[in-house]
Amino acid sequence: MAEQDWPLWEVFIRSRTGLSHKHVGSLHAADQQMALQNARDLYTRRQEGVSIWVVPSAAIHASDPAERDAYFDPADDKIYRHPTFYDIPDEVEVL
Amino acid sequence: MYTQGLDQQGSQDNTEHANADREREAAFQARIDGEEKIEPRDWMPEAYRKTLVRQISQHAHSEIVGMLPEGNWISRAPTLKRKLILMAKVQDEAGHGLYLYSAAETLGTSRADMVDQLLDGRAKYSSIFNYPTLTWADVGAIGWLVDGAAIMNQIPLCRCSYGPYARAMVRVCREESFHQRQGYELMLALCRGNDEQKRMAQDALNRWWWPSLMMFGPSDNESRHTAQSMAWKIKRFSNDELRQKFVDTTVPQAEYLGLEVPDPDLAFDEESGHYRFGAIDWEEFFAVLKGNGPCNRERIEARRSAHEEGRWVRDAARAYARKQAKRAAAQAA
Amino acid sequence: MTGSIDVRAAEPRLEYVLRLADNALVLGQRLGEWCGKGPALEEEMALVNFALDLVGQARMLLSYAAELEGAGHSEDDLAFLRDGMDFRNLLLVELPNRDFAFTIVRQCLFDLYQCGLYEELQRSGDSRLAEIAAKASKESRYHLQHSAGWFVRLGDGTAESHQRVQAALDRIWRYTGELFETDDVETALVAEGIAADPAVLRSEWDNQLDRILREATITRPADDGMASGGRHGRHTEHLGYMLAEMQFLQRAYPGASW
Repeated sequence: MAEQDWPLWEVFIRSRTGLSHKHVGSLHAADQQMALQNARDLYTRRQEGVSIWVVPSAAIHASDPAERDAYFDPADDKIYRHPTFYDIPDEVEVL
Repeated sequence: MYTQGLDQQGSQDNTEHANADREREAAFQARIDGEEKIEPRDWMPEAYRKTLVRQISQHAHSEIVGMLPEGNWISRAPTLKRKLILMAKVQDEAGHGLYLYSAAETLGTSRADMVDQLLDGRAKYSSIFNYPTLTWADVGAIGWLVDGAAIMNQIPLCRCSYGPYARAMVRVCREESFHQRQGYELMLALCRGNDEQKRMAQDALNRWWWPSLMMFGPSDNESRHTAQSMAWKIKRFSNDELRQKFVDTTVPQAEYLGLEVPDPDLAFDEESGHYRFGAIDWEEFFAVLKGNGPCNRERIEARRSAHEEGRWVRDAARAYARKQAKRAAAQAA
Repeated sequence: MTGSIDVRAAEPRLEYVLRLADNALVLGQRLGEWCGKGPALEEEMALVNFALDLVGQARMLLSYAAELEGAGHSEDDLAFLRDGMDFRNLLLVELPNRDFAFTIVRQCLFDLYQCGLYEELQRSGDSRLAEIAAKASKESRYHLQHSAGWFVRLGDGTAESHQRVQAALDRIWRYTGELFETDDVETALVAEGIAADPAVLRSEWDNQLDRILREATITRPADDGMASGGRHGRHTEHLGYMLAEMQFLQRAYPGASW
């Protein structure tokens, strides 16, 4: 009978100030402090970060891949959301 | 393999399920053929999942068991700089094991289960780590040859069809680039050193050369998993292709060191541009795989005793976390 | 270089730097022994990180010591060619690792000491020492967070872990007196504004330790039968074995480069 793992955490690293935290992977830890320290040792051994977030994996709510088309395809034809949709004469500056 | 899975379901649904599965499988294969990555919650054939769990967990176990032969020399590293390099390398291997266990966990297998399989002998790891490190030169030979062979295997895996595995491998390969270089540099220092050091280096090459060639696995016509794994893009090159590439790049490196590759049949073939090499002793390979290598028992025993002796620590951390959670809840109430 | 290096009659500053260097080197060597044996892979990585930091500190300090000595020795000569009686480390750091509780308790006591020490040494009148201290201080602060975290987790964890931590502290306590001992060497350097004053370090160490002990539900042992001698080269039996292993290649192949 396998021993139960320490809970799983997702790790997010800010690689330098000015950038957002980005998901880099996961790890096991018994508590928050340990999760942060393990993240530091596992994911920032080569100066990869200046800030770490850890989130219990169980707290992540994800969209369903089977619903991918229903969720994301409707955005396909909304081209008017993109600036290139609009024709502005070249003479008009700062637009 | 799918039929085995279907046998367990209600019998009247069989044909319907089989049809639905075939369609899903075709769609799945089309995604792979289109170089699309598969992500954890996507539908995938059970056999794809199983193959990946086996391959990734074996890979993770190899990293962890692989810490032992080199770790063996940390306390005896001959200079402080070499000690730091070796510790950092062995530490990277622990890290790589952890990235890989995480990748395998996204397929629905817990790390505890995988570790259990390693400890009770159900799971395999790379046989190369069942060979002993007898001299300091072995640390160099492992970096140069074993990591060299591993890198050849691993670089194609950065493009593997399963997203989490591919991403883990990108990280692993980026970090491993120093491993092989430090190994070669260590050998170079020995080969430029005194006679005793050169003797150590040659002896290490003699012992590690053939096991390194075996790391690529059995010859293509004998390998069970190659064809399917290539179709799924879990594997990108065949065992023999990679082995040939390894020999072609490594032989000139050995010559530069002034060492002799222990293969009387080794010869450069002008026509093909490749080195031809002698026959590999597959009997040895299968004997080590079966558990009869020089250190199989010692390696597993070492992992087992670390696991057993650490149990009270892991339990205590869990107990403390529970207490803290209770205290926090009581305070909030 | 064939025989052992004898730096016994050292001038005070060299003596002091060697003491700091040997603490880092010997504990770094001990921590490296955890490779492949940790209670969790994550913790093995952490312990190896500590070892990397400490051996890194030892290199800087030994290089500086070699410069102060001015006899053409290198950091490696001083690490690998000195005999046990010329090592100046505290007895605390040479004790075998035993179990994880012992390793963590020792680490926490040492990290507390190093934090205070290197905090002070950043203001040392010796600029090289101050520079090294600035780096070591950051490392020690992180080590302390980690070791104190485990000290509390284990102390306030299960009945077994609590008992193991208490037993480790009871066993180790007699090696803590030496942390704050002083002698002519240090007194003179304190007066010159080069070394940290052990008396100042002691009160802060005591306060912080009491806080950790309270949180860990662990009892402070009585100051009884304190051991001493490491600073002056009188060690436990354990150091000889450690050096025999650590120095093996340099001793077996004199003059070789690696």
